[in-house]
Amino acid sequence: MASKIDISQVRTVAKLARLQLTEAEATQFSHQLSAILDYMEKLNQLDTRDVEPLAHCLPVSNIFRDDIVISSLGAQKALANAPERDGEFFKVPRILDDSAGA
Amino acid sequence: MAGGILNLACIALRDAIARREVTSTSATEAVFAAIDKLNPTIGAYLTLCKDAALSRAAEIDKDIAAGKARGALAGVPMAIKDNICTDFGVTSCGSKILENFHAPYNATVVEKLLAAGAVVVGKTNMDEFAMGSSTENSGLGRTVNPWDTQRVPGGSSGGSAAAVAARMAFVALGSDTGGSIRQPASFCGVVGMKPTYGRVSRYGLVAYGSSLDQIGPLARNVADAALLLGVVAGHDPKDSTSVDGELAPVADYLAEIEKPMEGLTIAIVPEFNEGASEDVRRAIAEVIEVYRKAGAKVVEITMPHFEYAIATYYVIATAEASSNLARYDGVHYGYRSKDAGDYIEVYAKSRAEGFGAEVKRRIMLGTYALSSGYYDAYYLKALRVRNLIRQDFTGAFAKADCLMMPVAPTTAFKIGEKTADPLQMYLSDIYTIAANLAGVPGISIPCGLDSGGLPIGLQILGPAFSEAKMLRIARMFESKTDYHTKAPALEGIQ
Repeated sequence: MASKIDISQVRTVAKLARLQLTEAEATQFSHQLSAILDYMEKLNQLDTRDVEPLAHCLPVSNIFRDDIVISSLGAQKALANAPERDGEFFKVPRILDDSAGA
Repeated sequence: MAGGILNLACIALRDAIARREVTSTSATEAVFAAIDKLNPTIGAYLTLCKDAALSRAAEIDKDIAAGKARGALAGVPMAIKDNICTDFGVTSCGSKILENFHAPYNATVVEKLLAAGAVVVGKTNMDEFAMGSSTENSGLGRTVNPWDTQRVPGGSSGGSAAAVAARMAFVALGSDTGGSIRQPASFCGVVGMKPTYGRVSRYGLVAYGSSLDQIGPLARNVADAALLLGVVAGHDPKDSTSVDGELAPVADYLAEIEKPMEGLTIAIVPEFNEGASEDVRRAIAEVIEVYRKAGAKVVEITMPHFEYAIATYYVIATAEASSNLARYDGVHYGYRSKDAGDYIEVYAKSRAEGFGAEVKRRIMLGTYALSSGYYDAYYLKALRVRNLIRQDFTGAFAKADCLMMPVAPTTAFKIGEKTADPLQMYLSDIYTIAANLAGVPGISIPCGLDSGGLPIGLQILGPAFSEAKMLRIARMFESKTDYHTKAPALEGIQ
């Protein structure tokens, strides 16, 4: 039986998920995810045309509360776990390259 | 005396501390002596908070000596699963990506425990981000089963279950997304409860599958679990999926726990037991006889969609996980790759180096199920089947007060036995996973030992917000048997 998800699909999904995979991981995931997706085919035995999707089980929706200002975490606590910071900011590599003309 | 204190149940210890027969300090010292001896082998804890625990115990002793009331858990040393945020110690989720993460706030349940006078001993090991059934997926440590150190403690709350079983904590908190409290409780011979979705605040619980996750107690007996549930339950304005007092008020779970249920009707699904080992089947049959003799009526029912629960779960849980775990970007907190170039590479490399194999697998699966062209076929389909599974439960509870079935098909399996084939590991969740999809509560209680002397768990499932009744039903069995008094022989562990 053909693989449900081949290596090039694994690469595409990994890109969407922002996961850099090694060759070995991509190969292994292609096999393992195909086996799992084959198992999930089981769901197609059921006719669900007239069944509503159920995203969660609580009999509640739209929880409102009064718009009251309360104190938040604060910059120092929010930044305390940052791998790299610059004063009051999270530090990241350059996002736009100069040639983009931004 | 140390052994004596450690063998007290949580409520008995609290009462002895309140009567000043023992001190919280002596109980906490006894717990750390047990940890020093056992934790190097069992590996239940990732982080220990010895100094803070001892000074807190001393403070509580002082208050009690001065006649001040300190709450429902006053002076009781306990453990917390490492995916529950504490503003002390590390909150790692068993992951390298959060190995050095210091949460800036306490989860609501932690605030409630502290207000009730609990002494937090440490944070327990778990499958990374609660993804697993054996705790073998922890990126930071290995936990073994106190009953047999060649075997897994179950998972993902394996550290919490092992700590309670091995007397390294009097009670513990775990979290349950597909069985992660009930299954390790069963494998380690302790009581474990997944409350109804919405019963306990998830604020400060590191998210895995947000529509399925629920925090709950692990304890040595049903009353201790009831006590701990009562402390952590209730609406929290910080979690809009926690339920308010009007819809389902928190009960006093201990009030009527000793009162047997009159006219109890139990539903069983005969074909479910076919998938379980002979020892497990025999133990469950004996349980049913105990209830019958106590006057319960037993009805046989079918749940035609139950067999689709695993496939449904691994679509929904992984889809939610792929979205929840997008926050680990190497920028705001957590691990950041040292040799990444541009921004995208920081993201992709940090995640590649920080996440373990199972977490990557589930992120991939969830991303695939949500991706363009596959969303309807997988995610939407699974949500529809989820509704059918919930209807099965509604049908069952129209005929009976509760459902009874095994927690797991087997007792604790050997370390490494299922790690090579992820699907085999997923299939071991067959009995626990449907409750999370339907949002209903479930409890695992010790109900026997197999031929090798390993604990077997009985699972009782009830309608949403029926925790008080379920605990009473569980206590009925416990009061007629002595399985909850069995403890692992720890003498051989150095």
